[in-house]
Amino acid sequence: MNLALKPEHQAFADEVRDFARKHLSPATREKTFSGKHYDKDDHVVWQQALGRQGWLAYTWPKKYGGPGWDVTRRFLFENVLAEEGAPRIIPFGVKMVGPVIYTFGSDEQKERFLPGIRSSEVQWCQGYSEPGAGSDLASLRTRAVREGDHYIVNGQKTWTSFAHWADWIFCLVRTDPDTKPQEGISFLLIDMKTPGVTVRPIIMLDGAHHVNDVFFDNVKVPVANRIGKEGEGWTCAKFLLANERLGIAEVPASKRGVRSLREIARAEPQDGHTLADDPAFAARIADIDLQVQALEMSELRALSTMALGGAPGPEVSTLKIRGSEIQQRIAELAMEAVGEYAQPYQPGLLFQDTNETPVGPDHAPPAAPRYFNMRKTSIYGGSNEIQKNIVSKMVLGL
Amino acid sequence: MDLSLSDEQKQLQDAAERFVRDKYAFENRRKIAATERGWLPENWAQMAELGWLGMSFKEEDGGYGGGPIETMIVMEQFGKGLVLEPFLPTVVLGGGMIAAAGSKAQKEALLAPMIEGKKQFAFAWLERQSRYNLADVSLKATKDGNGWSLSGHKGVVYNAASADNIIVLARTAGSAREEKGLTLFLVDGKAKGLTRRDYPTQDALRASELTFDKVSVGADAVLGKVDGAFPVVEEAVDRAIVALCAEATGCMDAINAATLEYIKTRKQFGVPIGKFQVLQHRMVDCFTNAQEARSMTLMASLKIDDKDPVVRRKAASGAKVQIGKSGRFCGQSAVQMHGGMGVTDELSVSHYFKRLTMIDLMFGNQQHHLTRYSNLAMAA
Repeated sequence: MNLALKPEHQAFADEVRDFARKHLSPATREKTFSGKHYDKDDHVVWQQALGRQGWLAYTWPKKYGGPGWDVTRRFLFENVLAEEGAPRIIPFGVKMVGPVIYTFGSDEQKERFLPGIRSSEVQWCQGYSEPGAGSDLASLRTRAVREGDHYIVNGQKTWTSFAHWADWIFCLVRTDPDTKPQEGISFLLIDMKTPGVTVRPIIMLDGAHHVNDVFFDNVKVPVANRIGKEGEGWTCAKFLLANERLGIAEVPASKRGVRSLREIARAEPQDGHTLADDPAFAARIADIDLQVQALEMSELRALSTMALGGAPGPEVSTLKIRGSEIQQRIAELAMEAVGEYAQPYQPGLLFQDTNETPVGPDHAPPAAPRYFNMRKTSIYGGSNEIQKNIVSKMVLGL
Repeated sequence: MDLSLSDEQKQLQDAAERFVRDKYAFENRRKIAATERGWLPENWAQMAELGWLGMSFKEEDGGYGGGPIETMIVMEQFGKGLVLEPFLPTVVLGGGMIAAAGSKAQKEALLAPMIEGKKQFAFAWLERQSRYNLADVSLKATKDGNGWSLSGHKGVVYNAASADNIIVLARTAGSAREEKGLTLFLVDGKAKGLTRRDYPTQDALRASELTFDKVSVGADAVLGKVDGAFPVVEEAVDRAIVALCAEATGCMDAINAATLEYIKTRKQFGVPIGKFQVLQHRMVDCFTNAQEARSMTLMASLKIDDKDPVVRRKAASGAKVQIGKSGRFCGQSAVQMHGGMGVTDELSVSHYFKRLTMIDLMFGNQQHHLTRYSNLAMAA
C-alpha cells in the first residue's frame, strides 16, 4: 500500500491540467468559481472537447472506446478537473445509460448509441421517478403496450434533470402490469422528438430550472429501442443505480467546496479581524474538511475493490449518504460565513449573463440559494432513508 | 406564576389567526409577494384598525398598553402565514426605538401616525463589515451648523423603500466598534443625498442598500442622546429578536403541520410513509423542537421587560439559539420528508424553510448568540 503518486501518474495529472486550461472556456470556469448556474453550452462544449480527446467516457473499458484508465487515473482526472473549475460531467449519458447499453444491449444498439454518448453529440436524460414512484421506484406506472414492432407509451416521469436539454431519454416502463412489480418493467430508449413527448419545467425553491415533468401521450417507440429482454428492465435499473450511487458522492466538488469555504472565511470581516480568526468557525471548517477526507478514502477503497474485479456493493450507499450530508454541510457553512449578506436574492447574478455588481461580497449571491438547493442531495438518487434501508438489509443483514 | 393568556389576549390571538386565514392563503401570499411594494396597503390599514400597530405601546405614547406578550401573539400568527407586511421594522424596531428614546415632539410626529397606519419605518444599522456586531459602525455623522451631515453606507435595510423615515445608526465619536459615540438619526426616506438599491430577499421580503452622501438633517433629527445610542439599539434589537422568535415558532407549527399531513397521505410501498418508524421518530423530533422553541420564546417574552439588562440579553440570546437550532431541524426535516416536492417552489414548505433560514441569519445566528449567552453567563 502506498499513497504516493508514481511519476507516470504525476505526468498524467499534468496532462489533464494542461488540457483543462486549454479547452475549458474561461466563462464556464468563472461560473464554477462564482457559483453561477451553467447553461447548456457550458456543459456540451466542454463535454465535446473531452469527447474529442477520448476522455469523456473515462470509466468505460477500452473495448467500447474508453481510455482504459486505472483507478488512480480516474481519481486524478476527476480531481484535477474539479480544481480547474470544470462543470461536472452530466452523468445520464456517459455514466448511466452508456454502461447499461454496453452491458445489456445488442451489438446493433452499441453501434447505434455509444458513439453519440462518447462524443456528447447526443444529450440524455433519465426517466425513472414518477409522481407516485419515488423511493418506491418499482411501483412505476408509465405503461408501454406492444403493438407489432412498436410500444405505445403513456404516462409521466418527474424530477427529470435536464429533460429540456436532452435529445433522448432512457425510461423504465411497465410492459406487464400483471406480474410482480419488479418483473413487469422494461428499459426503453425514447427519442425526445417523438410526437407525444412533452416537457414541463419544475421550478425549484432557489428559482432554478433544472428538473422537469415529462409526459408521454401515445408515444410510439420501436421495439428495437428496448435494452435487454422485455420484463428485465429492473436488472438494468439496479445496475445503473449502483453506478449512480458511486459517482454521486461528489468528493472532488466537496474538496473544492472546503477550499472555497476557507477563502470566504478569510475574506469575511468580523470584529476588525476575519471570520477565519474565529476559532469556533475555523473548527467547524476543519471538522467538515476531515469528513471529506474520510469520504474520499472510503471511495478510494471502494474503487480499489472494483479495480480488482469486484462489483460496487451495497456499501456504496454509505458513500451516497455521507457525500450528500457533506455537500449540504459545506453549503450551510458557506451561507453562515456570509451572514446577513446571504439575505439579498439576486437571481440575475445566478442565472443570467450580466455585468451587475452583486449586493454584498462577490461570494454572497449563491450562498443561500446553494444551501437551499443542496437539500435535494439527500433526496435524489434514492433518498438517504432508502440508502440506509439498503445498508441495514444488504450489508448488515438486519 | 400564570402562563395562560388573558381573555383579551385570546381575542387578539383569534383575530390574528383570522387575519392570516383570510389574507394569507398560500397562493394569495404569492400574489402579494409579486407586487411592487411586496406588501398590501389594505392589510396594513386593517392592522392599524385592529389596533395591532399600537397595542404594545404605553397609553401615554398613544398606544393601548400591551407589551411583549401581545407582540408575541401576533408575530406567531404572522409566522404561520408568512405575512409580508413590515411589522417588525416599522412597529417593533422603529416604533420601539422612538418610544424608548424619542422626545415628546418626535413621538407626536412619528409614533402617533405610525399607530394609525400612516407612517412606516426602517432601521439602518448593518454595514458591510459589521456582521453581527451592532457597534461596528463607520457611517459618519458630523456637525454641520446646527444640524448634522451623514455620509457612508448601510446594508440589508428592511423596508427602506416603503419607509417614511429611516432610523440610521451613525458614528458621531469614538473609534471603530466602540459602543460609545453612536447616535441614532431620523432621516427622511426621500432625503437629498440618500440613494437606494432595492432588492427582494431570499424569503420574498424587501430590503435595500443605502448610500448616504452628505445627507443633511436638523438637530431635531437626533433620536435620543448624542453618542449614547448603543443601549437603545441593543435593547430594541433584543426585542426584535424575541419577536422574530415568535414568528419562527409560527413557521415551525405550520411546517410541522404540513409535513404531518403529507406523511399521513403520501404512499410508497403500499402504505402512507408516516407508517415508517424512521419518519415517525423524525416527526416526533420536529414536534419536540417546536415545543422547545415555543418555551424559550415565551420565557424570553416574559423576561424582555426585566429591569436588569443582563437578564434581558441572556433571554433574547437564549431564545435565538433555540430558534436557530429548532428552525433548522424543522425546516430541513420538512423538506426531507416531503421528498422532491419539498425542494420545489410550488409547495409552501420550501417557503417556510427559507424564512426559518433567514430568521437564523438576522441579528446574529445561533453561533453568535451562543457565544453572547456564554459570555454573559460566565461573567455572572
